[in-house]
Amino acid sequence: MAKLNPLDLYDIRSQLSEDELMVQDSIAAWVDERAVPLIAECFDKARFPTELIPEIAELGLLGSTLEGYGCAGLNYTSYGLICQELERCDSGLRSFVSVQSSLCMYPIYAFGSEEQKQRWLPEMAAGRAIGCFGLTEPQGGSDPANMKTHAKRDGDDWLLNGAKMWITNGSVADIAIVWAQTEDGIQGFLVEKDMAGFVTQDIHSKMSLRASTTSELYFDNVRLPDSSRLPGVKGLKGPLSCLTQARFGISWGPIGCAIDCLDSVLKYTEDRILFDRPLAANQAIQIRLADMARRITTAQLLALQLGRLKDAGKMQHTQVNLAKWNNVRMALDIARDARDMLGGFGITTEYTPIRHMLNLESVITYEGTETIHQLAVGRELTGISAF
Amino acid sequence: MSKILIIAEHNGVELNNSTAKCVSCAIATGGEIHIAVFSATGNEIAQQASELSGVTEIINIQSADYSHALATTIAPEAALLAADYSHVYGPSSTYGKDLMPRIAALIGVNQVSDIMAVKSSRSFQRPIYAGNAIIDVSVPADQTIVATVRNASWPAAETGGSASMREHTATAERPTHTRFVELASEGGDRPDLQSAKRVISGGRGLGSQENFAIIYALADKLGAGVGASRAAVDAAYVPNDMQVGQTGKIISPDLYIAFGISGAIQHITGIKDAGTIVAINKDSEAPIFEVADIGLVGDLFAIIPEIEAAL
Amino acid sequence: MKILVGIKRVVDFNVRVRVKPDGSGVDTDGAKMSINPFDEIALEEALRLREAGIASEVIVISIGDSSCQQQLRTGLAMGADRAIQVDTDIHLQPLAAARTMLAVIETEQPGLVILGKQAIDDDNNQTGQMLAALWNRPQATFASKVVVAGDTATVTREVDAGLETIEVDLPAVITTDLRLNTPRFVKLPDIMKAKRKPLEVIAFTELAVSNDNNIQIDHYAPPAVREKGIMVDSAAALVTELKSRGLL
Repeated sequence: MAKLNPLDLYDIRSQLSEDELMVQDSIAAWVDERAVPLIAECFDKARFPTELIPEIAELGLLGSTLEGYGCAGLNYTSYGLICQELERCDSGLRSFVSVQSSLCMYPIYAFGSEEQKQRWLPEMAAGRAIGCFGLTEPQGGSDPANMKTHAKRDGDDWLLNGAKMWITNGSVADIAIVWAQTEDGIQGFLVEKDMAGFVTQDIHSKMSLRASTTSELYFDNVRLPDSSRLPGVKGLKGPLSCLTQARFGISWGPIGCAIDCLDSVLKYTEDRILFDRPLAANQAIQIRLADMARRITTAQLLALQLGRLKDAGKMQHTQVNLAKWNNVRMALDIARDARDMLGGFGITTEYTPIRHMLNLESVITYEGTETIHQLAVGRELTGISAF
Repeated sequence: MSKILIIAEHNGVELNNSTAKCVSCAIATGGEIHIAVFSATGNEIAQQASELSGVTEIINIQSADYSHALATTIAPEAALLAADYSHVYGPSSTYGKDLMPRIAALIGVNQVSDIMAVKSSRSFQRPIYAGNAIIDVSVPADQTIVATVRNASWPAAETGGSASMREHTATAERPTHTRFVELASEGGDRPDLQSAKRVISGGRGLGSQENFAIIYALADKLGAGVGASRAAVDAAYVPNDMQVGQTGKIISPDLYIAFGISGAIQHITGIKDAGTIVAINKDSEAPIFEVADIGLVGDLFAIIPEIEAAL
Repeated sequence: MKILVGIKRVVDFNVRVRVKPDGSGVDTDGAKMSINPFDEIALEEALRLREAGIASEVIVISIGDSSCQQQLRTGLAMGADRAIQVDTDIHLQPLAAARTMLAVIETEQPGLVILGKQAIDDDNNQTGQMLAALWNRPQATFASKVVVAGDTATVTREVDAGLETIEVDLPAVITTDLRLNTPRFVKLPDIMKAKRKPLEVIAFTELAVSNDNNIQIDHYAPPAVREKGIMVDSAAALVTELKSRGLL
């Protein structure tokens, strides 16, 4: 019998198709070769490695689940594996791909006119047009139904006013998918970067997701032609369906962080000698390592089944709520524990856990806070909304 | 009784000492040992070969076609000669690795690559999986044994021998489809740290970025890659892609020489698969001496010039 | 012209293999498998020659059971035009592998065959040379640069003394060394496109290749544990010691 892989105790790999294995292996190879060498410095310097965008696009990472428009047409389990491998490097790297794919290309694909799709999707797949997703506002993220940004009809045009905050890619985006209140309910608008009245402002002093651009968006009477409006959806279900897409990837991504943290501490505790024996021989350490492996394994199985459900067209949003909540919490706690095990060495970005730990503070907050997901599951169980 | 033919390696002027190592392996195998010298003209190489102890006969084969050691030109005649022998050995140098399998195929046998040890006249030890496993192999009795001899595993045979010499006229066809163009003796770029067979590393003991020049100079003389400890990287003596260790590069060169590196466990993790670890440090208590195969306590600034002089 | 590229399914180079406790083999059960790294370099070179208009078709070939189709499909995803699997359960040694390649060459008539210089499992470094010998064609091993013009290839080889350049008439066998190129990453859309490219399975038994004169492997052992080191007292003594160990 083969020795178990500490990072894949239940042999998830054996459950993947040949294509899925190829996706995972080829993205893992690119990540290790091209992203890992840069990322600690990017985090230190608070910059996203924009120089990787052409390669990210060429590999087909942007909009990878879409059919046509220059996209790869992969299944969702493959997308999950992509997120896992990207986030094994850094949550900021995976966020870039999630935002572009699930929050920007997806709504255009699902709700846009053919003209909008032709205009934007190939450019976005090629990494030549970068998108951002404007839903969250300064006064509220968890309560999007009460958003204040609004668009009013003015002849054939719309006038957009308001502000969005905590927007990944904001200041580098060529196009913002902005959700606004209208007389007909919440609708989505494609706002281009040079439109008059639209400005962005980067958020500084972030201690989390530093290798990622996070911005505020301001709309001051931005005039939009009706052709900028996404015609295919009205109401909150528009942006929420995008979030469900992104949350799917985010259920997989943090598994990558956790695996990376466990890998780091396994190597470290094997070699670090204290009191004449390796740390790995210490009961307290073994219990913690075992618990990390337990939580990673359950997260992997959860994500895999979620992928199979989604690929069968049967996934429901509560299932994503539960997975995102479980898997991000699991990864954040493991990253903190791993940082502790590394002792003093754990406080610089030479070792990866502290960077993952800091990043995951954003990941547990965005795309639905932990509380929101818990209440979504609670509502499903009881039939009563406690929001 | 075994009869072993060794294909000599030389550069036209001097016999390569890989041939002397093949002799040691042949002696361990047991049997009568002959050496075939393929060259353009002259007896000098054959003469040097005849001085190797333990060798019975040198076969000198001359032709203008052999003025450059091309596998395609040498293999046909070597395969013909091999008919009289139970074993045909060559060095595990790039020359031998290029030539010997071609001879084996012409004879119609597989080759034993990289003999580390001889267990009996037909049974050998060799490395696989980059040395992470060692296998014992044996060649069935009806087959000629063709093998390359692993350089690092064998001492050179002594001199003081006096083998007889005979001339042999090559009869096998020598193809013209492969032609030598040139040999550039300078390798060009320094080998990549991750894949270099030899690596020289410097640590905090170097004291400055400028002082690292002596490490680069020694590395270039040895055709080695250059690495550094985390301390040297933190002190900005070198860029961080040169860091060897748990959070840097994990390497497994045949030879690793560490100058002024104390040997923190994270660094050791990066080199624990190296073939031979050499440590030079002025502190005799430095932890690196616990893992080093060869240690030298002293001032690296004095020792490096002495090493260069002794090379 | 066609280029034939041999690829072998091997344990991924990152995996630390372990010898089975009973010495009967290396434990590869469940290990991640990949294309032999030198073979990836071979494929990359072939793809570049096709992109330069020198070759018209790149064929990847692997000898093994159906599991090697995974590596063949990766080769197709990297850009090869078609794939051939020579199906056998037997782990062929270099001579039989070379004979097998020759049988396929007789059908395909490639202008160039590019192989990795050695497989990182067996570390034999023989198949390319043997194939060239059986085919009665040139071999250009350990290539770090390949230039093809008309009917000849000028190949620079990494040798102990430096870089040797030779000229060979085509068809010929080239084996790759590490510095020849950096293989491209597989692009995701190409993974899907690869499913539509031809993958032909040929039974080894149909090729009339004799699998004789094999070497017997009697035992597997882990490497010797590092012995306690020695101290030397001078630089000269150090150099002498290293020379005696064949390291300098």
